[in-house]
Amino acid sequence: MAKRPVKAPRRARPKLSPPRIGSVRELRQFQRVMAEALFRPLTAGDGLQPTWSDGRTTRSVVEEFVKPNDRLTAMERVEIYARSYWFRVLDCLYDDYPGVHSIIGVKCFMKLTTAFLAECPSESFTLRNLGSRLPQFITDNPAFTAPRTALAVDMAWFEWAQVVAFDGMALPPITEDEILDAGPALKVALQPYLGIMQCSYPVDEFALALKKRDSALRGESSNAVSALKGKRAGARPRLPRREAICVAVHRQQNMLFFKRLEPEVYAILTALRAGRTLSAACVAALRNANPAIDWAARVREWFQAWQSLGWLCRRPARGRS
Amino acid sequence: MPANPFNNHTEYGIGIGLRVPHYRHILEKKPVVDWFEIISENFMVDGGRPLEILDKILEQYRVVQHGVSMYFGSADKPDREHLKRLKTLTRRTQTPWLSDHLCWGSVDGRYTHDLLPMPYTFAVARHTAAKIREVRDFLEIPICVENVSSYTEFHQSEMTEWEFLSEVVEKADCGILLDVNNIYVSSKNHSFDPYDYVTGVPHHRVGQVHIAGHTKYKKYILDTHDHPVLDPVWKLYERAIRLCGHTATLLEWDDRIPTFDEVHNEALKATKFLGETSGKSAAARAPEAVAA
Repeated sequence: MAKRPVKAPRRARPKLSPPRIGSVRELRQFQRVMAEALFRPLTAGDGLQPTWSDGRTTRSVVEEFVKPNDRLTAMERVEIYARSYWFRVLDCLYDDYPGVHSIIGVKCFMKLTTAFLAECPSESFTLRNLGSRLPQFITDNPAFTAPRTALAVDMAWFEWAQVVAFDGMALPPITEDEILDAGPALKVALQPYLGIMQCSYPVDEFALALKKRDSALRGESSNAVSALKGKRAGARPRLPRREAICVAVHRQQNMLFFKRLEPEVYAILTALRAGRTLSAACVAALRNANPAIDWAARVREWFQAWQSLGWLCRRPARGRS
Repeated sequence: MPANPFNNHTEYGIGIGLRVPHYRHILEKKPVVDWFEIISENFMVDGGRPLEILDKILEQYRVVQHGVSMYFGSADKPDREHLKRLKTLTRRTQTPWLSDHLCWGSVDGRYTHDLLPMPYTFAVARHTAAKIREVRDFLEIPICVENVSSYTEFHQSEMTEWEFLSEVVEKADCGILLDVNNIYVSSKNHSFDPYDYVTGVPHHRVGQVHIAGHTKYKKYILDTHDHPVLDPVWKLYERAIRLCGHTATLLEWDDRIPTFDEVHNEALKATKFLGETSGKSAAARAPEAVAA
């Protein structure tokens, strides 16, 4: 799973909204001020923070560009938008990261995601990408998830991999003829939607336990309320104990699946994703493997399995620069 | 003359928004629906289930694309990657026209994912119209811009919202997606007469109409799309259709979504008003429409 720095570039904070808007420059200045009002986290009472970033009152900043009416002050009118913004983006992350909020609890998750969004507001036209930088943010800011940071990091990468596997790109799978023609020097790529991960915790089992609990809740919610009394269908599954695993997140017929991988398989797939030929990937992955095992036979089996799952594709041609 | 250049000379009737809770019903029961409106961004992906569903819908139904993130009113230039993805999708859906909102929502590449109101100035209208033209030229299909519901007004504004909308669409030479529920919501929040708005826009440019439900709070009305259409909005719709003629109409229902049949039946209530005005539109009598 590719990781990249999560810090958003620092931008100059806008100071004033222009008194008139007669150019694109002035429009941009106005929009920076309004966006700043929305992007600043809400108070505990879901209102705008009383103090602006330069020390003035937020009320005085907002009143420079927003009209009050006979029912609402300028602040109250902007607060409608600020609440809408924060509820929307926090809801989105809550939906995309059910495992992480089950691990650290809803209260800590809200603190984590509020800090994340304040640092890394959306840079994509689609909410689908809103949480793409959350796994790295959790890694970089362990205090929000302590003492369960290692588990939260694993789960966050695992859940982002599910977003990618759901609607990521699928290239035409490589054919048997192409494989036979190329031989060991074959250069293949992995499907862009396929996630392969090495984790310190069995996050796949925890995720499945959460899904089972949620579907049980949905099933029971359709029965008589009295039938729920005394049951613990809503209890969170027990947190997993530390256990090194390798796992793939993929899709088949557009449904998501998780598949445990042997460490050697993970090593080969990682090498293929890095651009090595099949033979080079196998040599690198099996350098210290047990010589008593017939690895050639195992690789053939694995390769057939990957092919039947459609994980392998032709490496996309690079465009000329 | 219900068709005009802004809806690509089509004669669509009453549609509803394509929403996830209805997928199974639509694909299994194949109900008779004139057309579906899709949210473009939900399908601007590289693969997987969203596109599989869309392709199945396209085998059976006409689809029109409606966007929520083009932000014609943002100071930023249109994002090229966004435009390329959108164009790819328009080729897939063969949408006869494309709509998005007259609003802003991003600045310096940071997105609010909201439909924010604009300061209604002549300079902003010029900038917005130029962006609409640029997007239309890239996509090569007609564009209709939708008026949004709003909760704030700005000191810098130089005209009413409907004057601003008219200024933009005339300068861009584009169509209007007239959302009568949004007009009603904003009229209550900003104390203007919604009939002045409906009367004041260029009717011959209206290519599509939206209707929806809203929620009343103590001090303002929120555009929630989680109710049936309320009576004052139906009355406003009736006036709009009298002025614009038989126009493609779509019911939006985005939250607390009931059964497919309930949504569809609510949308079909518009038949009563469309039937009364067929072929008698003010738009049809407008000289511009004749010229077009």
